[in-house]
Amino acid sequence: MRRKTFVAFVAPSLVAMAALIALPLLSVLAQSFFVTTEVMETVVQKNCDPFGCKTEEVLAPVRGDDGRIVRATRWVGFDNYRALLQPDTVAAAFAAGGRGWAALANIDFYRALRFTLTFTLITLPLVLLVGLALALSVNRALQSLRGPVIFVSLLPFIITPLIGALSIRWLFIGDGILTAALEWFLERDIALFAQGWTIEVLMLFYRVWHVAPFAFVVFYAALQTVSQDALEAALIDGATRLQRLRYVIIPHLAPLIVFVALIHLMDAYRVFEEIIGFSAQAHRISLQWMTFDLLQPDDSGNRAIARASASAMLTMVGVTLLLAPLLRRTWRDYGGGDSGR
Amino acid sequence: MKPTKIIRTPLLAAALFMFAMPGAHACDFRNTTPVSMLSAGFEAWKVVSGAMEECGNFNAELDQEFRTKQPAAFAAQPSQYTLGGVANGTLVPLLNDGSIRALNSLVDKHGAHLLPNQLIRNDDDVVAIAMMINAQHLMYRRDILDDLNIAPPKTYDQVLAAAKQIQAAGVVDYPLGGTYKSGWNLAQEFVNMYLGLDGELIDSGNRPALNNARGQAALRMMKRLTVYMDPEYLVSDSTYVQQQFQQGKIAMANLWASRAGAMDNAEESTVVGLVDFAAAPAVIPGGAPATTLWWDGMVIASNVSDAEAEAAFRLMMHGISDPVLSANKDAAIWLTDAFAPARIAAGAMASAQGGAPSYPASTAMGLLHTALGNNLADYLTGKESAKQTLADVEAAYITAAEEAGVL
Repeated sequence: MRRKTFVAFVAPSLVAMAALIALPLLSVLAQSFFVTTEVMETVVQKNCDPFGCKTEEVLAPVRGDDGRIVRATRWVGFDNYRALLQPDTVAAAFAAGGRGWAALANIDFYRALRFTLTFTLITLPLVLLVGLALALSVNRALQSLRGPVIFVSLLPFIITPLIGALSIRWLFIGDGILTAALEWFLERDIALFAQGWTIEVLMLFYRVWHVAPFAFVVFYAALQTVSQDALEAALIDGATRLQRLRYVIIPHLAPLIVFVALIHLMDAYRVFEEIIGFSAQAHRISLQWMTFDLLQPDDSGNRAIARASASAMLTMVGVTLLLAPLLRRTWRDYGGGDSGR
Repeated sequence: MKPTKIIRTPLLAAALFMFAMPGAHACDFRNTTPVSMLSAGFEAWKVVSGAMEECGNFNAELDQEFRTKQPAAFAAQPSQYTLGGVANGTLVPLLNDGSIRALNSLVDKHGAHLLPNQLIRNDDDVVAIAMMINAQHLMYRRDILDDLNIAPPKTYDQVLAAAKQIQAAGVVDYPLGGTYKSGWNLAQEFVNMYLGLDGELIDSGNRPALNNARGQAALRMMKRLTVYMDPEYLVSDSTYVQQQFQQGKIAMANLWASRAGAMDNAEESTVVGLVDFAAAPAVIPGGAPATTLWWDGMVIASNVSDAEAEAAFRLMMHGISDPVLSANKDAAIWLTDAFAPARIAAGAMASAQGGAPSYPASTAMGLLHTALGNNLADYLTGKESAKQTLADVEAAYITAAEEAGVL
């Protein structure tokens, strides 16, 4: 492709990415180093409501000459990050006489990080395996059955994540249909939303169920391009089915396995819908949920935008670290900086 | 054209039917200025906004998440809504932003009939018109308590004793229900309990003041109650508890008055007429009921023209006029002297007369409520001691308060 044509094709996407991704990201980065507050003063007010009148000292924002609320923005360096990561508490926890991991699990960020990481790392192999198994079995199914089977397997992926999580929740919460069935089958009382680990298992199950079809479609498409010659050669050499899978099919799928893994790591690290859908926040929280919670205004309209920005940046750093090994591999596969031609 | 006519006739019929419906009260004026409103979506708001629509040119957005939109929408120039539905807590940001107007002149002109306690005042300004009150209070299955010879409990110790008896009798799945959903609901239950112990949440310097014997006692009582609840109490919100009641699964709960009407709704409830309402239980024998009082009402944006504000006020007056409220007595505890309070009002009234305080809404309280909601579950799940949990709450509050400029 000529350079000029290339630039013409890529430019619109680059502009959109700069305007909609890079700039907001820089703005969030900047906000994470500042705190903006309304300047407050204590005033004495007489307030009346249906239950009586009270004269009390209340905090009210200071207004400037133009009647607008005076806001002060100040540089706080890494204070917002410190508020989230609490390095002092961590150091104390692991110093002599500290409570160790128990104290760490008490800090929201590490609690969220623990869940986010296990969630990501447990679902990854499961999604790959289930996707591959589905693809291989559909590939061997009768031609006439393939269409309907593919359609049915794709359904979970089509459902909006939050709606999917809510429907699973309703199947299990209280005496939901499936809990009632389990209770009848096991002849004991079951409360799946009463403790953390059952909710966590439900969330893992839900994510695998929801994302495996994506892996399946990608792998199934790739299976159509496996070289039949290589397969036949392997057959003649006496390779068993497992050996053909191991030495012919998997190497052929390898780049796509990396691709699916990349996408899944990125998505799973930002786990959010499950926490809301399963109302898991009493037991399990994720990094993305933390950012959301900080941004949510309370009854009095307060939002912790500075800490939310820091939390968002930390999530991005986490995704980058997680993807680094896979990205390096992809980079190598494509011949480093060389375009590979 | 024939097809149009076919479509139009039933529409016209439907429209006529709507006007002829009982409960519809012709508006005494024709509103020509477009007015919009953003409010919560519970029953009372449906009644009021439905009535306001009759005057024409009115558009209501009923959204339970209204509080996340309201401050920004009202601060816009011009305001995105003319009217807003607020409660004690959600009035604070609007008042702080100065995005709602003083209603004194409008009250003089169109609201002379309003009761003095409907006027929400901030110094000399009338900033909102209250229409109803709400509180969490004791709801109980009269039939079950009568069968077991239990008097309606007045204190939480009596609640525990009654729950034990009900559990032994095995008449319901769980003796108690509770709005203990982690987050806002759970924090609210703590505030009820702690204020019932005469605790002080925030001191005069806006420092948190709840990690003390009272705070720990409040938490311990909450945990003792959860023993008799559905073990999934940490995901149980008001709607969940209401449904547990309606389906006959629980015998007692400290639940919102705005949910009382639903107990007698024959379409949903299997316990019509069986649920009675009493003051919230006290924590200390002889003490005030452990609950907080809330009001709901309406405000008018600053950033709208005076003509729009006047039209909005007149619509508001129609929405909470006596004929409208009389036709919907069970939808809420209305602030009106047109009729005696309905049966559903008994619990909230008794709580108020027993000396329950109003919810101490303020900027700092909003922050503390969030800190409570995010941290209390650790104690109830047994992960942490009461003392550690309250220390975490205070630490979370201080971090947030420093960022918000409160400290």
